[in-house]
Amino acid sequence: MAIKKKIAKTKAKKKKTKSAKKSRKKLRTKKKVVTKKSATKKRSKKTRITNKLKTNKREVKKMSTETIKSDVSASLDTSHLKVPFPYKKKYGNYINGKFVEPLSGKYFDNVSPINNEVICQVPRSDAKDVDAALDAAHEAFKEWGKTDITTRSNILNKIADVLEKNLNLLATAECLDNGKPIRECMAADLPLVIDHWRYFAGVIRAEEGSIAEISNSQYSYNIPEPLGVVGQIVPWNFPLLMATWKLAPALAAGNCSVIKPAEQTPASIMLMMELIGDLLPPGVVNVVSGFGLEAGKPLASSKRIAKIAFTGETTTGRLIMQYAAQNLIPITLELGGKSPNIFFEDVMDKDDAFLDKCVEGFVMFNLNQGEVCTCPSRALVQESIYDKFMEKVIARTKAVVQDNPLKMETMIGAQASVEQMEKIKSYLDLGKKEGAKVLCGGEVAKLNSGLENGNYIQPTIFEGDNKMRIFQEEIFGPVVSVTKFKDEAHALEIANDTLYGLGAGVWTRNGNIAYRMGRAIQAGIVWTNCYHAYPAHSPFGGYKQSGVGRETHKMMLNHYRQNKNLHVSYAENKLGFF
Amino acid sequence: MKVTATKSALELIQQLKDTHGENLLFHQSGGCCDGSAPMCYPANEYLVGDGDVLIGKIGGIPFYISETQHEAWKNTDLIIDCISGMGGMFSLDNGTGKRFLTRSEICVPEGTNLN
Repeated sequence: MAIKKKIAKTKAKKKKTKSAKKSRKKLRTKKKVVTKKSATKKRSKKTRITNKLKTNKREVKKMSTETIKSDVSASLDTSHLKVPFPYKKKYGNYINGKFVEPLSGKYFDNVSPINNEVICQVPRSDAKDVDAALDAAHEAFKEWGKTDITTRSNILNKIADVLEKNLNLLATAECLDNGKPIRECMAADLPLVIDHWRYFAGVIRAEEGSIAEISNSQYSYNIPEPLGVVGQIVPWNFPLLMATWKLAPALAAGNCSVIKPAEQTPASIMLMMELIGDLLPPGVVNVVSGFGLEAGKPLASSKRIAKIAFTGETTTGRLIMQYAAQNLIPITLELGGKSPNIFFEDVMDKDDAFLDKCVEGFVMFNLNQGEVCTCPSRALVQESIYDKFMEKVIARTKAVVQDNPLKMETMIGAQASVEQMEKIKSYLDLGKKEGAKVLCGGEVAKLNSGLENGNYIQPTIFEGDNKMRIFQEEIFGPVVSVTKFKDEAHALEIANDTLYGLGAGVWTRNGNIAYRMGRAIQAGIVWTNCYHAYPAHSPFGGYKQSGVGRETHKMMLNHYRQNKNLHVSYAENKLGFF
Repeated sequence: MKVTATKSALELIQQLKDTHGENLLFHQSGGCCDGSAPMCYPANEYLVGDGDVLIGKIGGIPFYISETQHEAWKNTDLIIDCISGMGGMFSLDNGTGKRFLTRSEICVPEGTNLN
């Protein structure tokens, strides 16, 4: 419902034109600045070369600014969204408050999954760039860590305001970078990004440390203190939202960050930093773009970080724990799941709005093309309603509109990378070999009109057994594996028969069943009569092999803080031991 | 469960050996994002333990999977292939423009009574 409303809102002509005008004005101003900077650059070339010789090797070169890329094909045209094409031809790393060239001078092409066309170039950074970013972050922490909470909170609120003013532009950028539908970017990703910044701005104003009265002359004051400089590695499925989940609490708690976006989706965070960078003191946030092995590993294994936060898969999760063990630093790991979505027979007691909501709840496996750690990728349907319920959800799945993600009507877009599409294909192939029945989809989607080279998979429903690999491993695509259950105990047995425990859904009109199932399912979040809800004050994280720690919610602050126990004696007299 | 490699995967393994030396290992990942990708590391950088199962060697390199994942995947044989791609996290194929991909075939688990 909320999504419908928001889409309707974005469709409202007046508002659209107004914000578009604002965005255009902003970009026009930026272009002017760009021209001015380029001219200055030419004039001062000689001086710059002399200065360069004087500086040490680690010092970074200021990025030459580039004009907006405009020579893209019709499939990537954004004019119907009333925003200009959002990306420049090239971005630098964002270090110490400015965009700088990677020290090696190397860049790589960033393609849009919509048609695999190059949309911009980003740095192919290495350990030296990570070091430069860590230098800047450590310098910035000297002040930022002591900045009063009101100031930090106000900055976070200003960040949210700027992002909100540029919502359509950022949503378009996210759609181009990741391939997700523009309507999800506008109605879910960006509103959640904005909400997270505001939530952490608010929550740090309201919280307090604690005081324990040990005796009437001895007190223990517990004061939260930031960890320092933290390393953060962001996945490619929600580039801006996952960056925000990591940055907002870290900054709110007083830390500085060196953050690496995924090499598959490295660009939207650069646009975000262009917009919000000047609101933060230089060095508080440093974005280093590059490959995992060349830039991510030096960051994760650095002795100069006080914590590492990572979202990804289990093998790298273990490796990151290993590095953290060597450096004795804390971690937050979010490693995925195979979340069960359970439909009890009473959902079909009436043919009403709630049943319609349940049907949508099933089809939620298509959200973000299934590239969600909590994708409801196992559906458990009670056998007494199985045929009738499946008829409804198959019809609803077949009605999912798959097209260019930049169209407002599109419900499912492109998989984030070619290799991701290949992996999903390998599981479609395996599912069939395992003997699962394809109830709908099951193939690569062949789209035309300029999308022939994009990464599209048909929404797919497999029917099978929970012991099959397609029920046991995260496919990370629009693929759900469905099985039947007899009763509550059977549903619980299947739900918990997995290595992971990140999310789960329970759908029933019976509050007692909902409560019992919710408590007994071994997962970090059990959505009851809803799914895919990610408000900032709802904690997110996994049981079992789904990871360590939580993200979102104020409890996240303590993942980015130390506790200082200031233990004070107000007694005049000695203890008497010595 | 067996593990084998395609010709193109063996070529990529050789390329990685030429760059990083012979002493490498594979570990099969699970979970989100790049999950299900076979990860290749210098053998002295990745800690395998009692909770891992050695399922074979490809291109002379040992291939491990965690015991719990082995249990869930035991009805399949793994065929390590090589495709174009740029991901792979900290795996040594990352940045080469190619990456390993796990494909699977159904197998008969050891100890199954076929009669």
